[in-house]
Amino acid sequence: MRRTVSAMPAAFGTRRLGWWALRGAATFTMLYIMVPLIFVTWLSFFRQEIPSFPPEGYSLRWYEAIAGNDRFVDGFLLSLQLGVIATALGLTVAVPAALCLSRYRFKGREALNSLLLLPLMVPGVVLGMALYVSHVEVEIATGLPILGSLGGLLAGHVLVVIPWTVRLVLASLAGFDRTLEEAAQNLGADRWTTFRRITLPSILPGIVAAAMFGFVSSFGNLEMSLFLVGPGRTTLPIAILQYLEWKIDPTIAAVSVVQILLIGSAMLITDRFVKISRVV
Amino acid sequence: MAKLELDHLSKRYGDFHAVRDVTLDVAEGEFLVLLGPSGCGKTTTLRMIAGFVEPTGGAVRVGGSDVTWQPPWKRNTGLVFQSYALFPHLTVNQNVAFGLEMRKCSPGEVAQRTAEALRLVRLEHLGERLPRQLSGGQQQRVALARALVFRPDVLLLDEPLSNLDAKLRHEVRVEIRELQRQLGLTTVMVTHDQEEALTMADRLVVMSEGAVRQAGTQRDLYERPADRFVADFVGRSTFIEGRVESPGMFRTVGGLAMRCNGGAVGAASLAIRPERISISPTPLVGVDNSLEGTVEFVSYLGAQIDIHIRISPRERLIAQIANRAGDFTPLVGDGVHVGWASSDARVFEDGAEAS
Repeated sequence: MRRTVSAMPAAFGTRRLGWWALRGAATFTMLYIMVPLIFVTWLSFFRQEIPSFPPEGYSLRWYEAIAGNDRFVDGFLLSLQLGVIATALGLTVAVPAALCLSRYRFKGREALNSLLLLPLMVPGVVLGMALYVSHVEVEIATGLPILGSLGGLLAGHVLVVIPWTVRLVLASLAGFDRTLEEAAQNLGADRWTTFRRITLPSILPGIVAAAMFGFVSSFGNLEMSLFLVGPGRTTLPIAILQYLEWKIDPTIAAVSVVQILLIGSAMLITDRFVKISRVV
Repeated sequence: MAKLELDHLSKRYGDFHAVRDVTLDVAEGEFLVLLGPSGCGKTTTLRMIAGFVEPTGGAVRVGGSDVTWQPPWKRNTGLVFQSYALFPHLTVNQNVAFGLEMRKCSPGEVAQRTAEALRLVRLEHLGERLPRQLSGGQQQRVALARALVFRPDVLLLDEPLSNLDAKLRHEVRVEIRELQRQLGLTTVMVTHDQEEALTMADRLVVMSEGAVRQAGTQRDLYERPADRFVADFVGRSTFIEGRVESPGMFRTVGGLAMRCNGGAVGAASLAIRPERISISPTPLVGVDNSLEGTVEFVSYLGAQIDIHIRISPRERLIAQIANRAGDFTPLVGDGVHVGWASSDARVFEDGAEAS
């Protein structure tokens, strides 16, 4: 009896300690992630040109400055186009590839699986360098204007998008019950109708999440793009980098805030239609 | 509705024979049950009828025409899956309408026949719900309506009741059977549950290791099992090992002599149904076999009582008696007399046994 009485608060204490440790770790991690974002946002509203604390005052002038800066506007539009098209192309590769990988056992399946993940594992600089060299070689051999072309840049971005989209579509196919396809076929649907009416709607959350991640990875890509952009064609991350070489005023912070808001709201909107957390 | 013929149907995966040479005719409007333990080939047979498995030999004919090489979507079979396989993103109405849409029915006809099918399973009020908003029993009925609505030539049921709780299962059995009779559906059901099979079937087919062991009515299988496997799988039997010494005389391993009907001389086993054994505190008169034994175990099951009786150091019988007021109920340790008619025991020659 005495043992029970004395043991109980001890167990209770350990439990409380664990609870606090968990909260502490979670809070620390959250801060670790959030602090840079908070500072960037704060900084973008500073009035003075040289970031220093405490701020001399607040203004929206840096946001106005972005709109007046062609390099940022053009960069943003190019990155947006690249992201959307590369994601669309990436998905047309990823969906059939994922279906194939998840359903069939064939020779070289593992190799194909790794190959589709490879662009994610190779450092961006290496990938950019390799693409650059191969563009040079192909251009010399064929005389086609590949180097620094929009097509070359887009092809690179498709490569960056593919690993994300394949992974996420594969994940959603893993949770798909294939009996549903048999049920549809039993009811008279051929293979294509079955895919369109049953399989596709079921894996749609995965595809949306795949598009989301693909777009973000293309939109934010810097290292690889550095090798592939041509004259007069600058993506937003490169425009930011170039700007930073000359100035460190809060314009960059304002650009970052716009980016954060754009991607954040895209995530929130997507999440309203499909629960991303369920797929990723 | 149409008749269904399986003609020497076989399926081999490498060296493994999933289904061996199954030949069956299912008459128009007949309810046939394929019964057997898991892995006996019953589900593979059903999937070959639906077209999901290509046979390695034989043919499937529906209404006289060969459908063996037709893809599932060209066969007019309605399959109810064990997991129901309702489309989660479609409403109940849309689920049921699917087969009609695939058959290019007009929107008016689709709506009318969908409503009719849902009325048949008493779910007309739930048409706008999504499957996940329904109970297991309701989902099962939607699956049934979906398989019936396009008037399939053959209705196929793959363990349709195994995901329902016991009480519901009893109700749904009767419900499916009445619906099947009312619509005159040629039906093949697969189950491992013998009670379910016995309740629902017009005719049963017992399968094991890919082959048909016996096909027949409930009475055929129970009273005249073709082999030891069937005697064991359908209903309960006590098996006593021994040999047939001379025609009509069986000698157990424990040395007891029992009168039996037929059987070739040689090693054999004797199967006796528990409810055919009479049990009494006094010697039994006028029976073919009468033995003495000691009660070792009594289990009270409500409607009946099982009594395990030791009749020799090596043999034990199970007798089942009805639980009626005033009847003799022995206690553990009691000495009792047991007896049965020769015609109630069946002799199976060893080697003819299944497993």
